[in-house]
Amino acid sequence: MMIGFYGIIAKDNLIKKIIGLNIFQTAIFLYFISLGAVKSGTAPIVDEAIIRKGYVYANPLPHVLILTAIVVSVATTAVALSLVIRMHQEYGTIEESEIIEKLSDERMPRT
Amino acid sequence: MSSVVEHFPVLVVVVSLLSAITIFVAGWINRKTACYISIATLLGQFIASLFILHHVMTIGSIHYRLGGWVPPWGIEYVMDALNGYVLVVLLFLGLVCAIYSKRNIEHELPQKVVSFYTIYQLLITGLCGIIVTGDIFNMYVFIEITCLSAYALIASRGKIALKASFTYLVLGSIGACFFLLGIGFLYSVTGSLNIHDLSLLLPPLYGNRVVLAAFVFFIVGLSIKMAFFPLHTWLPDAHAFAPSEISAMLSGIIIEVSTYAFIRVAFSVFTVNFIKLLPVFEIISWVAAIAIVVGSILAITQSNLKRMLAYSSVANMGYIMLAVGLSTSATRYPWSGLTPASMHILNHALMKGCLFLVAGAFIYKGNLWEIKDFQGLGRKMPYTCAAFVIAAISMIGVPPSVGFASKLYIILASLEAKQFVFVGVLLLSSLLNLVYFWRVIETMYMKVEEGTEHIHTSRAPRDEIPLSMLIPVWILSSLCIVMGILWLTKIPIPILNRVNVLFGLVGGP
Repeated sequence: MMIGFYGIIAKDNLIKKIIGLNIFQTAIFLYFISLGAVKSGTAPIVDEAIIRKGYVYANPLPHVLILTAIVVSVATTAVALSLVIRMHQEYGTIEESEIIEKLSDERMPRT
Repeated sequence: MSSVVEHFPVLVVVVSLLSAITIFVAGWINRKTACYISIATLLGQFIASLFILHHVMTIGSIHYRLGGWVPPWGIEYVMDALNGYVLVVLLFLGLVCAIYSKRNIEHELPQKVVSFYTIYQLLITGLCGIIVTGDIFNMYVFIEITCLSAYALIASRGKIALKASFTYLVLGSIGACFFLLGIGFLYSVTGSLNIHDLSLLLPPLYGNRVVLAAFVFFIVGLSIKMAFFPLHTWLPDAHAFAPSEISAMLSGIIIEVSTYAFIRVAFSVFTVNFIKLLPVFEIISWVAAIAIVVGSILAITQSNLKRMLAYSSVANMGYIMLAVGLSTSATRYPWSGLTPASMHILNHALMKGCLFLVAGAFIYKGNLWEIKDFQGLGRKMPYTCAAFVIAAISMIGVPPSVGFASKLYIILASLEAKQFVFVGVLLLSSLLNLVYFWRVIETMYMKVEEGTEHIHTSRAPRDEIPLSMLIPVWILSSLCIVMGILWLTKIPIPILNRVNVLFGLVGGP
């Protein structure tokens, strides 16, 4: 999680920032998945034969939550990448410092 | 009737979502339908929200179980006094902005009318969802729906708005991730996600470090979302360069709904007893006081009207959080508990909504962004400028406007809490508000002679914005006065006092 956080803060390249954001999100997803793990638990599929053998199930709820969260993170990444594409069309660069430089040249652009 | 009303919480969300798809499909066939479908949906939602509020006030909370699953396993939608009230405020402002955007969007984004209304309706879906849900993970998902549509809407203007939107996206995602991590911590100790169920399971665990960490993650995550000082850095650019009605929505309701989420988490999940264990609300009050002063001073330094208003929003979030921070120590009716905070949520929505719509009107007519370019506008657009003046004096806090009412209640609450510094901060901020709004009013009305070469002189003929834009502006600015008088007569206070009873901040009615 900290690696991702570092990526977001320290990297100048916008794509690298997005990668950092993804690492950050994935770390949280892994934390959720680890909550669902049960020692020697099997996949949570209800089957009489498995119950009779005395197996325990992993908790399926965190998995469901994280499926939703992954969808959210994919959507976020998609929006972020499309913004970067538009910025590249507009400024011809994806380095944050160069974009800020160009913005200060233009002064208050009237969109 | 009441059995039908019990289905309204879910309908408010689902109808809005379906309408987004309908707009997209209908927009392919005929672009002009998009706006009318959106307005009709919002009108329906607004009426439904009034029924919900009436039901909550007369009969009691509504619990809607999605798919018939019994909580805590199923997702539950809960309507009580607080979210019934916030829902009405949200849909009212949403409706007004949709009417306003009809002409403005055709002017600002002529190629994107259909996608604008589609995403706008998704934004409303997300906001309604945050408000009605009784499940904390569901709240996370809706927060993300809201923010994703907000990023897209901000970026729709292109150019500098792209950069603003990207900054908001990165910070907003970090905020949402913190919120998700908080949910994970709570889930790991309680095994539940239902808000009501959590409030029953948590009390034995109040000393637990994991619960404390979860609370901190919720505070930080939501503070980013509501642009609470010092985590407000994304706000000024995003508010300044978004299309005007989106600025009004962002400033008037999106950050307020994040505050609502904060109140919900703090009071419904953790309850008052937990908050009283920690000095966290004192810290919030002090940070809020700093936010008010710094936000106002930064607003004075701005030369761009929309940026100035954006910094003023940072200061106003300070007011709301200050009122939230004082809520546990103020107990005397009518300024008890959360009353001043929930009051300022409505008041800020009215005032800032109106101001941003007027700023949008200036951009619509003359592409005027800078305050110094406003010379002679008082003669050229008299009705628009009059609305601006009314909203501006509300921000300053002249009686009997809404701004006066909320400042009065927050001051009374801080007097009761014996926090005299906050009284000083509020009075100082009124002065600072006067400084930065007077500058605008002065330029609009008095500096006519200086700009003789300028095209916008007194010789320019009267040039008002279209009626469909003027009426929303005037609805908001006249409500600034009407609601102010209503607050001072204490008629709507019982609605807000129900919130306090609900959260156990004061005794029974």
